Amino acid sequence: MKFAVIITLKKDVLDPQGKVVEQTLQSMGINSLKNLRQGKYIEIDLIESDEKIARNIIEEMCKKLLVNLIIEEYKIRKI
Amino acid sequence: MNSSVIVFPGSNCDRDVATALTNLQFKNKMVWHKDSELPKSDLIVIPGGFSYGDYLRSGAIAAKSNILKEVIKAAKSGCLVLGICNGFQILIETGLLQGALLRNKNLKFVSKDINLKIINNENKFCKNYKKNSIINLNIAHNEGNYFTQKDHLKELEDNNLIPFKYCDIEGSINESSNPNGSLNNIAGILNNNKNILGMMPHPERMVNSLISNSNGIELFTSILNK
Repeated sequence: MKFAVIITLKKDVLDPQGKVVEQTLQSMGINSLKNLRQGKYIEIDLIESDEKIARNIIEEMCKKLLVNLIIEEYKIRKI
Repeated sequence: MNSSVIVFPGSNCDRDVATALTNLQFKNKMVWHKDSELPKSDLIVIPGGFSYGDYLRSGAIAAKSNILKEVIKAAKSGCLVLGICNGFQILIETGLLQGALLRNKNLKFVSKDINLKIINNENKFCKNYKKNSIINLNIAHNEGNYFTQKDHLKELEDNNLIPFKYCDIEGSINESSNPNGSLNNIAGILNNNKNILGMMPHPERMVNSLISNSNGIELFTSILNK
């Protein structure tokens, strides 16, 4: 069973990389750009057929290693 | 006094700190990250470098290594632990120190000599420094922008847990003397028990006036006479 974890900085945490990408896109003439935040995307393949159990395992991975909960937040998607 | 320097793949300040310790009469041992036993230590140093290539987040993988379980146990029982640069990042990732070290505000790797003001010297790492004196140490990092929540910042300030802040040559602590965007110019923090110090600047690079200066020596001699 495959999952994607999307990790982004929390709203209040400064995202200097995202800011630079945003400013560059704006300077390229994309005027409709309002806000951009940069993050990480991780694909995980699990040997587990029960989705609920699988999601719990991914949650545990996020909390124990993949995400720094002080500054980051995450979303889990089945893919 | 017995010290241990933890070595990870990618550590690159381990031998500098070992030399500094040995020259100051510490009995030092190098400890590989895969080891599961710590030698008898009064001081554990987690050195600078790029442990595990900074994969995932700086210090995140090292914080889960075998030997860190022992370091955490020792730290909780009161052993002195000093984390320098990547060592500070690792201590943050273990949760032994609170907060986060974000990417430098200007997005650049900063490698230069900076001035620090001794804000608090009432701890085992800084007591040989004079309060409010200015010292010059080197920094070399990409993620040294310290950040923490408001209530923790207040706790740090109220309990004298901030030993160093970045300042200019006159000792002014302001935005222009802040090399990385760190909250309130914080360069290092202590835990509540004051036995764990994490700092971005490198005292081990400033122990010999022939090659730099000797402003880092007092940090190690403070520990010696604890």
